[in-house]
Amino acid sequence: MIETRALCVHLAGKPVLHDVSLTLPAGRLTALVGPNGAGKSTLLTALGRLIPVESGEVLLNGTALDSIPSRRLALQLSILRQEGAVGPRLTVRDLVGFGRYPHCHGRLTQADRDEVTKAIARLDLDAFADRYLDTLSGGQKQRAQIAMVLAQKTDVILLDEPLNNLDLAHARRVMRLAREEADTGRTVVVVLHDLTVAAAYADHVVAMKAGRVAATGAPDQVITAPVLSQLFDTGVTVADVDGRRVVLTL
Amino acid sequence: MRAASLFSLSVLALGLACYAFLSIGARGGWDLVLMFRGARLVALITVAAAVALSTMVFQTLTANRILTPAIMGFDALFLLGQSVLVFTLSGVGLAMLDPFVIFGLEAGVMLVAALALFGTLLRRGGDISRMVLTGIVFGILFRSLTQLLNRMIDPSEFSMIQTASFAQFTTIPAELTWLSAGVTLAVSAWLMAQHRRLDVMALGRETAIGLGIDHDRLTRHMLAAVALLVSVSTALVGPIVFFGLLVSALAHQLAGSWRHAVLLPLSVLVAATVLVASQTLFERVLDLQTSVAVVIEGLGGLVFLAMILRRRKR
Repeated sequence: MIETRALCVHLAGKPVLHDVSLTLPAGRLTALVGPNGAGKSTLLTALGRLIPVESGEVLLNGTALDSIPSRRLALQLSILRQEGAVGPRLTVRDLVGFGRYPHCHGRLTQADRDEVTKAIARLDLDAFADRYLDTLSGGQKQRAQIAMVLAQKTDVILLDEPLNNLDLAHARRVMRLAREEADTGRTVVVVLHDLTVAAAYADHVVAMKAGRVAATGAPDQVITAPVLSQLFDTGVTVADVDGRRVVLTL
Repeated sequence: MRAASLFSLSVLALGLACYAFLSIGARGGWDLVLMFRGARLVALITVAAAVALSTMVFQTLTANRILTPAIMGFDALFLLGQSVLVFTLSGVGLAMLDPFVIFGLEAGVMLVAALALFGTLLRRGGDISRMVLTGIVFGILFRSLTQLLNRMIDPSEFSMIQTASFAQFTTIPAELTWLSAGVTLAVSAWLMAQHRRLDVMALGRETAIGLGIDHDRLTRHMLAAVALLVSVSTALVGPIVFFGLLVSALAHQLAGSWRHAVLLPLSVLVAATVLVASQTLFERVLDLQTSVAVVIEGLGGLVFLAMILRRRKR
């Protein structure tokens, strides 16, 4: 379980998150939604200890995040960032192999290699496993990054817009993987732009607006026409198609 | 194994270069040759290792292959520290001090100044154009301050600094050689032990933190190692700006690998071979005394230009 208490985060001296207090339930898939610039990604990077917090704190299973040694934390929490440009020339297998670093510190055992192969297969990358990343398309690179995060095998998985650049089939595959991970007891937090996807896959939705939490709750409480219309300051219709919520902006 | 044959080839090349350096034009037995030329060979290899490793590690920290410690003004910073020391200690009589003590002081000043100036800069990092510009401005600032101090120093003390301000491989202070070799060996061993962490750091700050690297702390340690290595090479032969760039470009090209387990030792072998071979060629074969630094810097400068132009095209 992840909690934030009165979390304030500044970026380049400007306040981006104000007084965010949240509880993200363990073993569930939580979707972070909201308009551009609402602070979703900032909240996720703060949860993933990648940026310092101004005040307040983040708790992982009741322990303050910054009091956990970084080696141990990497075994408990993994994070996928946007625009993960990689410096050196790596193959997909090399990159996914780095996901095992917290477990083996660079000396991959057979068990680590099996995890890497499994993660590559789960993201449908078998055909590209030994290709260099710079020869792949944006969507294929994104999938390689997700495979690396999955290979880390942590109890908490934070994904910042994992569906970026993905086609329809692979977007569905990634959301199903996120669902599988949550169903096996992992805590998954995903920043999503597609509200229909959020309604279909999430157990819990956090809506952010202007650096504050606007609404939280189950999808049928948050993904509703009045809440979303207010959240995005524009008319939103939520239709019911075969028992699923479909968000329309017509 | 590609890596294994690569290593045996480069070890062979270095061995040949060393043999040529020791034997060409030598009169007398091996004991005499080793006495006269052995120390200089050790000094050359020490400088090569220091330049190669400091450049490779610095490039991993900054996640680019164009910046080197020398381009960012590390050498100039060391020379400034040296001038400041001579200026402030002139009352004591610097000449009376043990050269080891002087080197220790210089390296200490360098360590503190490099961490203070570049520690914060690297943490913000990111924009390469701004980093290059900052490096150039730093370099000019340090050099101008050094010149200012040198003008204020007593002429007899100035002569102590003067020899250190130009790259020259022919007269290397012998008493410093063994100390420098020791420092370089220790720092190199530590860096080699960190090769897997360096692999992870090359992926960038956020990914490295995500994989459990204490990135900010390790960056400070690495920066301290770089500062020590630059101190060693600058104290021995003076500032060499583009040699590191030449070596890292060659090492990356030859290795074709991202693993620091290959990159670090290979860069040392390449640097030592280039330095010893060109020194042999110019000093023993062509009988020219001073041009090695000029030629190496010229080649390195061309590589720098080529890399910048190729980068723009992409």
